[in-house]
Amino acid sequence: MTEQLTIGFLPLADACLPILAHEHGFAEEEGLALSFQRDVSWATVLDRLLYGHTDMAHLIAPLAIAATLGRGRPAQPLAVPFVLGLNGNGITMSTVLAGRIAQWGTFEDPRLLGAALAREVAERKRAGAKLRFGVVHRYSSHNYMLRYWLAACGIRPDEDVEIVTVAPPFVADAYANGEIDGACVGEPWNSLAVERNVARIVLATAQIWRRGVEKVLAVRRPVLDARRPAFEALIRAMRKAGRHFVDPENWDANAAILARPEYIGGDPALIRRAISDRLVLQSGGDAVHFPDFMFQYSEAANFPWVSQALWLYSQMTRWDRSPFSPEEAAAAAAVFRPDVYRSAMYDTDDPLPGASSKVEGSLAQLTSVGTQQGSITLSPNTFFDGDSFDPEKVEEYLARLP
Amino acid sequence: MRIAIIDESTTRASIIEEGLAQLPDSEIFILTERPGLISRLEAFAPDVVLIDLGNPSRDVLEEYFAVSRALARPIAMFVDEADDEAIAASIDAGVSAYVVDGLAVHRIRPLLDLAIKRFNAFARLQADLAAAEGKLAERETIDRAKRILMDGKKLSEPEAYAELRRKAMSSSRRIAEIAEAVVTAHDLLGDGT
Repeated sequence: MTEQLTIGFLPLADACLPILAHEHGFAEEEGLALSFQRDVSWATVLDRLLYGHTDMAHLIAPLAIAATLGRGRPAQPLAVPFVLGLNGNGITMSTVLAGRIAQWGTFEDPRLLGAALAREVAERKRAGAKLRFGVVHRYSSHNYMLRYWLAACGIRPDEDVEIVTVAPPFVADAYANGEIDGACVGEPWNSLAVERNVARIVLATAQIWRRGVEKVLAVRRPVLDARRPAFEALIRAMRKAGRHFVDPENWDANAAILARPEYIGGDPALIRRAISDRLVLQSGGDAVHFPDFMFQYSEAANFPWVSQALWLYSQMTRWDRSPFSPEEAAAAAAVFRPDVYRSAMYDTDDPLPGASSKVEGSLAQLTSVGTQQGSITLSPNTFFDGDSFDPEKVEEYLARLP
Repeated sequence: MRIAIIDESTTRASIIEEGLAQLPDSEIFILTERPGLISRLEAFAPDVVLIDLGNPSRDVLEEYFAVSRALARPIAMFVDEADDEAIAASIDAGVSAYVVDGLAVHRIRPLLDLAIKRFNAFARLQADLAAAEGKLAERETIDRAKRILMDGKKLSEPEAYAELRRKAMSSSRRIAEIAEAVVTAHDLLGDGT
């Protein structure tokens, strides 16, 4: 019997896995019929999830935790049984700002660019002005990655610059209207800003944290409990979609599917840039290959590590200026559900990690890790400043962050 | 009560405004454009903000409500747990409400009910319009199919229509679908005229 599942999403390249699971028949193979609800704000994606218009959502990971903890609205427990991907976002700067502090034609060194930005920020401050950066949402990894980078470079995100919310499809407009000097957003919206020659891509978020958690599949906890087999089937279908997505043979076809108006919309050539890890950094430039710009499949990329949820919670307390609470940390950790992922993939030929939590940012070289089945070699997963996050010592971590 | 309606559809915004105008002691302000939205909203100082779910400015608006110190009283999404049905109905209708801190629920409820009615009325209007447009397109396809049969099989117009209807009945499909198939086949196989 075919089971219906509806997913809410925003037009972004990292909504690819459920879309391709549907388009290539992987969902059907698992007995699922997927339908899609496209929206243009995260608030609406969340509303539709909470009020049952959708069964699940393509969601910014911190928002799943914020909704569970009841930040900004009454608490509603969400569950994340699958990470839709790691990284895949860019930091852009207006052509004017990039022209003052960035090199030409390359991804910058995050430390050097940060130092140049700090000088620029100080100079503006003397003139009584602040640079303004756009992020897609307060509870987004974009906000946390940008702030992590700024703070580590000696720039206080809430005092020295201004950080505002801009909806992804309007980032290019915001540059054109002079509303922002920089932004952190997902693809293809960085590439669109480059194409319109209003901004340049200067960093990939993968340079800030090599293996940073990005969008997740979010489900209301009671719905996950009630329809567990359907969601496990979906996890298997999305793993198959992931294998298809990373195969260079399929890049053109997949870019064409994602570019359809009911999904992302726009030019397939722009969408192909992110999925092939080959970004054009400034208008008229050549494509620059940045391996693992988006990371959707290998090394059990979709496994919801509890340590990822805790890192996001650490940044939430850091930037909401709320005290660390062990109860909240436990609730945040419980949002990520490696047990569901394991049970979905158990007895397939897909590798499964042995542990459910790890020290994030601790691997500087290829490392074989213990597994429940198969074998996994993890690539370096470092933070650019060399720090690492031990999920057992969140308070110590918070205490030493700038 | 100062009510702001944020909607990029000017037609829908005015339909809602008209509905809310019957509320006593209300001043209504409509914002349809994205640029400068926040500063104009701030100048109006609303007690209630209604915004359509499809509006791309929702996240920007929520962020403003979360951080703004310009507002004398904080404003938050209306999520009254005692009245979850009303919220669900508003989400179904496609509208979301934000209210200032301390505004009594009994004042919000009638306003929300009216807004929901108006949103639903607008959605019906749209559906009717789409259906009418669909009917018109079907009419044109049927006319084209008749013309193809009249030319190709030397039939009169009533005979051509009878032919389409016979085929539709024998295959339990709609006449418009048969007509669509005839037109498509003709475009693919015929001389394309």
